[in-house]
Amino acid sequence: MIKAKMIKRQYRSLSVDIGVPVFSILLAFVVSGAFLYFSGFDPGETFLRMFKGAFGSSYAIAETIVKAIPLMLAGLAVSLAFRMKLWNIGAEGQLYMGAFAASWVALTCGHLSSWLLLLLMFLAGFLGGAVWGFIPGFLRGYWQVNETIVTLMLNYVAISWVGYLVFGPWKDPASKGFPLTPRFSDAAYLPTFGDSRVHLGLLIAIVIALIFYLVLRYSRWGYEIKVIGESQNAARYAGMNVARNIVLVMIISGGIAGITGMIEVSGITHRLQQDISPGYGFSAVIVAWLARLHPFSIILVAFLFGALLVGGFGVQTFGIPYSIVLMLEGSILFFLLAGEFLLRYKIVLVRKEVQ
Amino acid sequence: MDNIVIAALLTAAIVAGTPILFAALGELLAERSGILNLGVEGMMLVGAVVGFIFTIKTGNHWYGFLAAMISGGMTALIHAFISITLKGNQVVSGLALTIFGTGTSGFLGKAYQGLPTSDPVTAIAIPFLSDIPILGRIFFNHDPLVYIGFILAIIFWLVMYRTKWGLNIRAVGENPAAADAVGISVSRVRYFCTIIGGMMAGLGGAYLSLVYAPSWQENMTAGRGWIAVALVIFALWNPLWAIAGSYLFGAVEAMTFGLQIVGIKISPFFLQMLPYLFTILVLVIVTIKMRQDAGAPSALSVAYDREER
Repeated sequence: MIKAKMIKRQYRSLSVDIGVPVFSILLAFVVSGAFLYFSGFDPGETFLRMFKGAFGSSYAIAETIVKAIPLMLAGLAVSLAFRMKLWNIGAEGQLYMGAFAASWVALTCGHLSSWLLLLLMFLAGFLGGAVWGFIPGFLRGYWQVNETIVTLMLNYVAISWVGYLVFGPWKDPASKGFPLTPRFSDAAYLPTFGDSRVHLGLLIAIVIALIFYLVLRYSRWGYEIKVIGESQNAARYAGMNVARNIVLVMIISGGIAGITGMIEVSGITHRLQQDISPGYGFSAVIVAWLARLHPFSIILVAFLFGALLVGGFGVQTFGIPYSIVLMLEGSILFFLLAGEFLLRYKIVLVRKEVQ
Repeated sequence: MDNIVIAALLTAAIVAGTPILFAALGELLAERSGILNLGVEGMMLVGAVVGFIFTIKTGNHWYGFLAAMISGGMTALIHAFISITLKGNQVVSGLALTIFGTGTSGFLGKAYQGLPTSDPVTAIAIPFLSDIPILGRIFFNHDPLVYIGFILAIIFWLVMYRTKWGLNIRAVGENPAAADAVGISVSRVRYFCTIIGGMMAGLGGAYLSLVYAPSWQENMTAGRGWIAVALVIFALWNPLWAIAGSYLFGAVEAMTFGLQIVGIKISPFFLQMLPYLFTILVLVIVTIKMRQDAGAPSALSVAYDREER
């Protein structure tokens, strides 16, 4: 009798490291393709249209980057917390608080010169998100309150708060009832590259990724984060202040998510509105996880996720519902999660004597 | 006059709380066994659309509810397989399930968007009890699902605290290694609880599309799945508290409409924040008082690996 047995891998070859994820993604496409086929759509054409929608022209590529920027930033934000095993799934709320704070600056100080205004908005965005990260960080660091749940709950508080503002006191009287604030003054617009919608946020994301890489790799503090992430007790024995580091990491993580919000209102919407994020903060969790928390991989994975979003918009015009993208995204994740298992374990067939 | 308004509000609160109660009971069971499933929102959406489609096709809402439960259980099976057999990351898998469920339900329901249900669920007044002034109207003149939710919560409590099964489930969530040592199959218990959890979420979703709305709209759960996750903590993993909690959260939802009718000027957005703020507050108070994870199952979201004992 032959029986399958799971054995933990002692080492991994590069071919396994690359082969398993690639195969997982292919499988996800096969499964979604089958689903499309049985629903009466041509899977090959759909995927081709998605690809063209995301990469088919310079405009398409620019749009892909535009969607990737917030994913890069928010992905970097949560990755820092994840390194300390802090499950910050509150990037969405931190993003909204950052957008709120930056919008407040833009709407009250619109007369300032552009660079000063943008700097103030940037700081406000960071602060808005940082406060939203500080709350769960403090509760976790000093009172051991589960941060997963607090960050999750605070998302909805932040989204409701922005909803209150744009439906209520901040609503533009000239918006004909639409829940939007007035448009920011031109000085509050983030500079763009050429005629495209790609804005300075791209550069900010790359710089932050670079800083992360250097700090985590070479600084003493980066080392502390690593130790705390691996064992809080070991860190305490070594004389590190775990609670303070937890709070600090959550402030920075929230702050960067807040910058994401600032960049979206300043670079894309030019006003505060309720749907500034179609769930970037949640997708960021997945982006960071897929990239194994590595800063440069996050940039790359976010780009691919941006392509998936933009490609999905592309197929809509051909009568294929946008929801197919979410299905595809979900199944890619499932298969990658399953593939993760193959990275950790080896399945071997063992012959068993029949008694 | 005021009494009538309050009675109407409380009646609406129970109806609004029922879908949350179903979903929360399911999540509660899964979490008790140590599996955190953040895919409630997705499972509810799948249940909502599948329940609606089956009701339209068969003309009988009971088939709809049954199909919704099966589909909810099937989606939960994906999460169970990844988190139990493959020992994958439960937070990521749960979020993936929410994304997947949102997409799948939108895709399946495209052709049914906005149609009315073919078999409306009608209220059943409970004899005698429904004749009690005011209280009878609030509690005993509802659709059958409201009663089922209430009864299920009590059954869940009885099973969990008064049977050997319940003891096993709690043992697996608290200390899987010890449970394993006395011969309980950790993965079997976890699979069972996660799948039942998904079925309950599916039922909650179908309640929205078949009773509450009653029609299918894309994304119609509108965050109720997350409220259910919050409610589990709010209820401190106790099914009986989940009843009170779900009706309380339902009251908040009912008030967002109710207050405007009565003419009280408070932004509905502040009311929407309340369940989440309450939950954080409860979590903080209990954590500080108990100096541990607020009565959460100790092995929550930790995969069990025999070799790592």
